[in-house]
Amino acid sequence: MSAVTSAAAPGTELPPGRMTYREALRESLREALRGDERVFVMGEDVGRYGGCFAVTLGLLEEFGPERVRDTPLSESAFVGAGIGAALGGMRPVVEIMTVNFSLLALDQILNNAATLAHMSGGQLAVPLVVRMTTGAGRQLAAQHSHSLEGWYAHIPGLRIVAPATVADARGMLAPALASPDPVLLFEHAGLYASEGEVDDTPVALDGAAVRRPGEDVTLVTYGGMLPTALAAAEALEAGGIAAEVVDLRSLRPLDEATVLASVRRTHRLVVVDEGWRSGSLAAEVAARVAEQAFYDLDAPPERVCSAEVPVPYAAHLERAARPAVDDVVAAARRTVG
Amino acid sequence: MSTPTDTATDPTPPGDERDDPRLALLRGMVRIRRFEERCVELYSAERIRGFMHLCVGEEAVAVGLVGALAAEDAVVSTYREHGHALARGVPMSAVLAEMFGRASGCSRGRGGSMHLFDVSRRFYGGNAIVGGGLPIAVGLALADALRGHPVVTACLFGDGAVAEGEFHESLNLAALWRLPVLFCCENNRYAMGTALEFEHAQTDLALRAASYGMPAWPVDGMDPEAVAEATQRALATIRSGSGPCFLEMRTYRFRAHSMYDPDRYRDRAEVARWKDQDPVDRLRARMVRDGGLDGASWDRLVAAVDEEIEAAVAAAEAGPLEPVEDLTRFVYAEPS
Amino acid sequence: MPSLGADMDAGTVVEWAVAPGDHVHRGDLVAAVETEKSVIDVECFEDGVVERLLVPVGTKVAVGTPLAVIAPEGATPAPTPAPTPALTPAPAPAAGTPERDGAASLPRATPPVRRFAERLGLDVARLPGTGPHGTVTHADVRAAASTGTTARTDTTDTTDTTDTTVPSPTPTVPPAAPAERPRITPYARRLAAERGTPPEALRPGADGVVRARDVPAGTGATPTRTPRPTPQPTRPTTPPSPRPAAQGMRAAIAARMTRSLAIPQYHVDSVLELGAPLDRLREVNRRLPVSERIVPAALLLHATARAARRVPELNGHWVDDTLVPATTVALGVVVSLRGGGLLVPTIPAADELTLSELMAALRDVVARARTGRLRTSDAADAGLTVTDLGETGGHSVHGRIFPPQVALVGFGAVVRRPWAEGDLLGVRPTVTATLTGDHRATDGVVGGRFLHAIDDVLHDTEEWS
Repeated sequence: MSAVTSAAAPGTELPPGRMTYREALRESLREALRGDERVFVMGEDVGRYGGCFAVTLGLLEEFGPERVRDTPLSESAFVGAGIGAALGGMRPVVEIMTVNFSLLALDQILNNAATLAHMSGGQLAVPLVVRMTTGAGRQLAAQHSHSLEGWYAHIPGLRIVAPATVADARGMLAPALASPDPVLLFEHAGLYASEGEVDDTPVALDGAAVRRPGEDVTLVTYGGMLPTALAAAEALEAGGIAAEVVDLRSLRPLDEATVLASVRRTHRLVVVDEGWRSGSLAAEVAARVAEQAFYDLDAPPERVCSAEVPVPYAAHLERAARPAVDDVVAAARRTVG
Repeated sequence: MSTPTDTATDPTPPGDERDDPRLALLRGMVRIRRFEERCVELYSAERIRGFMHLCVGEEAVAVGLVGALAAEDAVVSTYREHGHALARGVPMSAVLAEMFGRASGCSRGRGGSMHLFDVSRRFYGGNAIVGGGLPIAVGLALADALRGHPVVTACLFGDGAVAEGEFHESLNLAALWRLPVLFCCENNRYAMGTALEFEHAQTDLALRAASYGMPAWPVDGMDPEAVAEATQRALATIRSGSGPCFLEMRTYRFRAHSMYDPDRYRDRAEVARWKDQDPVDRLRARMVRDGGLDGASWDRLVAAVDEEIEAAVAAAEAGPLEPVEDLTRFVYAEPS
Repeated sequence: MPSLGADMDAGTVVEWAVAPGDHVHRGDLVAAVETEKSVIDVECFEDGVVERLLVPVGTKVAVGTPLAVIAPEGATPAPTPAPTPALTPAPAPAAGTPERDGAASLPRATPPVRRFAERLGLDVARLPGTGPHGTVTHADVRAAASTGTTARTDTTDTTDTTDTTVPSPTPTVPPAAPAERPRITPYARRLAAERGTPPEALRPGADGVVRARDVPAGTGATPTRTPRPTPQPTRPTTPPSPRPAAQGMRAAIAARMTRSLAIPQYHVDSVLELGAPLDRLREVNRRLPVSERIVPAALLLHATARAARRVPELNGHWVDDTLVPATTVALGVVVSLRGGGLLVPTIPAADELTLSELMAALRDVVARARTGRLRTSDAADAGLTVTDLGETGGHSVHGRIFPPQVALVGFGAVVRRPWAEGDLLGVRPTVTATLTGDHRATDGVVGGRFLHAIDDVLHDTEEWS
């Protein structure tokens, strides 16, 4: 235990202002717990264990078991309890280990968190934040690797955010907690160790960010696929194609204005989405562009998504199932013609 | 027996109720009974639509339990919640207007019969997912506990919910964290059309709740005085800080599960046997027997209830419809 | 008939539990009704005497239909309401009658069948249909074609149906699919509309799709590029002939060159001696890596660009009966494609490029043109266009102006010819330069001056840098 807690000191190895995605999340939690006594953290192994992905490491020691609460393996009960606590005036931050486990709480998320405000005619609000890990890339096979953000983005009443950068990991919790609505925050497992600069710039919950400018093709992506899209843009640049990379950041609401403005400049769209293609968020983005920027399109929109298969275990199969840089480059080239 | 807190619409109960608290129970049950019977008529005439579940026969639980709560306590209910809402003091006109789909309804026409809400009375709604309300009740109690509010959240659900995972998760969590929740199972012996013995390996539901380490016992749910007394006892236990309690209210619905239910799964003799235990008739007979009620006061009570019902019908009928332009309001919280 | 659920529209009375004269009370079960779900008891909501049953057992009536009349206790009988029309027994639809009201408005044939019929000159509206709901099937069309009936006789537009309008007794069904709708991206379609180019004049790129870069630049109906055909078929299954796209391209060229015909044009020729320039070019090339070597075409292009700076009257557009001189020298370059056809990308500010820069620009633009990867910037409006036959063998080319430009410069092949230098005769490499000018904007003397300017630049080595 002491070894675990000694590792809890965040950011000591990195220069000030520079930290890992994991540390950025932890810092945002610490800030919230310090700044608002209504905030508490709840979930499986968030306390004594230190968090399945070590995001909450050290928080129990700092804030005590009232505010950093280990729960039983009862996703429905503790997510529902988060909803109830939010109704009761608290600001709970619930952690679900992975998005796959969130399905055990889907009833609470969809039937209660997303509906209570409307169903009560506006009498209720659910200021709840649910954090969960998403995405493949660690050979965890078909029950720990899926990207279901797009599913959740289907649901009115929820706000869905996916921090893709360290700065967003640091900056998104505060506005999420300030929101009177339930916010689902998706942390891609492949990003936890990534490093980056953080600053105090407030992060809007509903605005996309242009991560790289370009005029030949727009690559729209989010979360764990941002590094892939940026690498693809780099490769395309070498071939004389200037790709613009748009990081959605919020999947609901969708900042379609930023996407449309970019496509109206580049006339070409590639959506890079780790979710499955059928009925995906990529489909939603492509549909909106087709609806609203049809006459600006100089090529059919392209989607680069995960293969329609439960994520397999073997490394080469898993790699083949996920969108790769080459896939994005090829799709972008097809749009340029 | 202690006096139930009257949270009904009328803030000043008639003088005779102050003299005999049983009169409040009787009046509360008659209100619910006659209101729901009127609802059947309104449903048949297509004034009310959607699913409508009636609690006729189960009124004792509504008035005995909900009536025993303090105004600061919270209530989480199910889709069979007309009685709970009325007993909690949600105005009858607002309940009926909701079922008419009017903006004047207690959920602005967005909930209907199954989703009655009144946050000002800490009535956190009818939940139409069996078992779905239990985790919320746990969370409300958690919030109250964390904020130091010495109040109780009463969570009502049916025997069907006991088979749901959320029941077990929620009882475990509430007991683990010693949260002030009163779990109240309205055991009317049928999960829709499936009888208790076809649904549960252990049909003694209180026994199952007791396995989570909380006080749990069965109650005659056809007797409002027994319900009220058991509730007071459970509330006292919870308020002492020892954690949740579980009450199994053994009751029966006289009508079908919902309006469009041919009721084929039980025989009429069984229904008739339970009707002999009609909570309204029982309490009324008891009061008449010991001189607490005479024919004139009964007639007065019924007439007053009917007057309230007809006023509610007229008000609901006259209630405005929410403008369609407001369709997507309240999906997200609005700035107040 | 009470409504017992939102999905219940009607019910059948299967039993009456009461009879006329019976006293009933609120809550009594008075009848049983069969719905799609089950048999459900019907209760009454009044006290009174059953006066009359309106719906007999076995009859299905809609929700809301009165089932019986209940009179208040002691009341006199009320007049009987008019009998309600029963829903059953309803006349079953006779077999073979039109099923739905909307059937008449249904399309009579699917789009492929419709196109098939059109190719055979048949009108599906007049064909008997044997498909579902009387729709016309592929087989119906073929059958009609073989009998020669219902031919489309009202065809006045013979541009695309001349060879199929008259059905032959034994129809010759074309083996290939009907002429496909051209695949034009929405953006390209929009650009074409904005620039006044009709969609049928658009020609696709290498992948068969018309994209923005394939839309002729310029204003109004004034293409600055000639169309190019589909390149060598990459799919061997594509029939080599007929090639509808190529035919359409020829038609577009015809249309454009016909428009060009409206321009009163003059021609000036001059044979340019290239001995010294090519010698110097060889010297320069010796110092360059193979990949950067400069070809004679670049030299001629470079000289033309610089000449346009010296003689600006030929670089511009004829708009509203006025010459609008161009502010920069944007040179259109006619690029012939390996598969046949032409593209005319633009080299902007060509006069500001050094010779080697221009060579690089030319190499880029030709490569992009030939691989179908032209950029939007390649489609900038040119003020003057150059066509160079290069090694194809023609000694001179007298091209036509691309409106609204006012001149076109042509170069033939570089050929060795007898050449008089003073009083001596020698053999020198030469090229025939031609100039086609718009006589509304300039006169032949300007054209001649322009060709002289090219010659001067070619021999002025200072111009090369």
